Amino acid sequence: MEKSKRKTLEKIALHIRMAVIEGTYNAKSGHPGGSLSISDLLSYLYFEELNVDPARPDWADRDRFVLSKGHCAPALYGALAHKGFFPVEEIKTLRHIGAKLQGHPCMTETPGVDMSTGSLGQGISAAVGMALAAKLDNKTYRTYAVLGDGEIEEGQVWEAAMFAAHKKLDNLCIVVDNNNLQIDGTLDEVTSPYPIPEKFAAFGWNVIVIDAHDFDQIEAAFKAARECKGKPTAIVQKSIKGKGVSFMENQVGWHGSAPNAEQYEIAMNELKAALAAVEQEG
Amino acid sequence: MAEIIKQATRDAYGAALVELAESCPDLVVLDADLAAATKTGGFKKAHPDRFFDCGIAESNMMGIAAGLAASGKTVFASSFAMFAAGRAFEQVRNSIGYPHLNVKIGATHAGISVGEDGATHQCCEDIALMRSIPGMTILNPADAVEARKAVFAAAQHDGPVYLRFGRLAVPVIFDENDYNFEIGKSVQLTEGNDVAIIATGLMVNEALIAAETLKNEGISARVINMATIKPIDREAVLRAAKETGAIVTAEEHSIIGGLGSAVTEVVCEEYPVPVLRVGVMDTFGKSGPAVELLKLFGLSAEHIVEEAKKAIALRG
Ligand SMILES: Cc1ncc(C[n+]2csc(CCOP(=O)(O)OP(=O)(O)O)c2C)c(N)n1
Ligand SMILES: [Mg+2]
Repeated sequence: MEKSKRKTLEKIALHIRMAVIEGTYNAKSGHPGGSLSISDLLSYLYFEELNVDPARPDWADRDRFVLSKGHCAPALYGALAHKGFFPVEEIKTLRHIGAKLQGHPCMTETPGVDMSTGSLGQGISAAVGMALAAKLDNKTYRTYAVLGDGEIEEGQVWEAAMFAAHKKLDNLCIVVDNNNLQIDGTLDEVTSPYPIPEKFAAFGWNVIVIDAHDFDQIEAAFKAARECKGKPTAIVQKSIKGKGVSFMENQVGWHGSAPNAEQYEIAMNELKAALAAVEQEG
Repeated sequence: MAEIIKQATRDAYGAALVELAESCPDLVVLDADLAAATKTGGFKKAHPDRFFDCGIAESNMMGIAAGLAASGKTVFASSFAMFAAGRAFEQVRNSIGYPHLNVKIGATHAGISVGEDGATHQCCEDIALMRSIPGMTILNPADAVEARKAVFAAAQHDGPVYLRFGRLAVPVIFDENDYNFEIGKSVQLTEGNDVAIIATGLMVNEALIAAETLKNEGISARVINMATIKPIDREAVLRAAKETGAIVTAEEHSIIGGLGSAVTEVVCEEYPVPVLRVGVMDTFGKSGPAVELLKLFGLSAEHIVEEAKKAIALRG
């Protein structure tokens, strides 16, 4: 990937991370850990991959995006705001009474949100429905969904996976965010869904495993997904929960708690320093 | 006045399970990746051999609970109300309700007071769903003291029980030493013959505040704590209908299918008097701080007072 393109994506990812911290801090609640692990992914999706237009959020031919792990709404809102779907300032209203930015994505409230989610396991089915609709209508738009690695413990995920492969929905691409943590601990401490790539492959999917924080790998994976015919694609991205904020990285406790004032300062300073470093690169 | 102590009913639930383990050797506790939030985490620590985290798979958890119960275990299965009653409804109906198995569903984070997580997590339909299952007992404790006693009563009870707990810390209104809890028996908390306020869960405290306000205006309100929603205490409801002639129900649940419906059904069939329902008005919840949301959705003493006056006016 060209250096300038990478720099742009890195900067946007840092802005998304700041939105996650800003939003959860102002809400005094929310889910920073899993939001930070998908910030690079959402930067790439919204600024390279998805064919969407903030001026026409309901445009019929747009690519569809479903955040199946809806609790990571802060990252989605960060991406949508920076893409221009609504003012970045609104991030501060996250989870407030009367705000567009509900705790979990709401498609009737927030421009750019294609599906209401929050109950784990359900978003992927809706994404399958969207991909099926595109086939029915002979449309070329693609559908993307992001799932948590804990989320795939839901049986519904595998019902959706079976159907999508059975219907050869090659216009569907899901990303499983493999940060190895859920609420009660690591996946192995709770109820292991491993091995993940092998499971999707056995269900008839095209499977690609990547490093979630490497834009070259992200780019290559989406390109391979677009080129794969006759099968849906599952990208399993190996990620770090809490990525980018040192004290949140790989800490299960940061799944669903907000930073206090002091932690907010530290986190924002780290992210601002990272942003300055990217800008200073030649 | 004594200082108000606040505790969430889910905290009492978690502590009661640990306590119950001593006297109930067959006890097994299940959770679905929410042990930290439902408070079964304490039991997990104390009795790791009798605790199973089923992962984010609530429907499967209910099926496992059914199998354990069919093999002689007393099972408490926990998740948020939304997923325990909602996601797993059909498993609860067919694998637990139909065979009338000894599964106790510990459903936490019920109602609007979930707060910031918003509509997808604010379950205001669980009582309606559970009430429609034959043989299901439904307990909705008002405070931590009652929650603890409800857990012990549920464990003793033969058959499925749905226990409804809250996330929010609410005032403790009962005294551990002289509060008697019995499944199916309501408790009258104040004397009054002008209007009856039949409340459940965190609305019981609001009902008591409303009764105070009404008293200052010369209206005597009978507050009844209806912790068991099914089977409902018909006798107490009918006595209230006959002796007051005007009833208000109050619950942190949809006005459709919950306590308000249960009371209305009894009253309409046997002794019709006006019944007004305070609850969530057939709408989804939204994000915000719990205490503010309760006010916004009319789940408040002020609203109960208004409805009480309307009910009295309707009676004429
Ligand atoms: C059906 C359902 N069950 C339970 C929850 C509560 N919950 C929210 S997030 C979460 C853990 C998710 O873990 P994972 O999918 O790994 O997400 P991530 O690590 O990316 O945050 C749980 C159990 C829910 N939202 N939906
Ligand atoms: Mg995870």
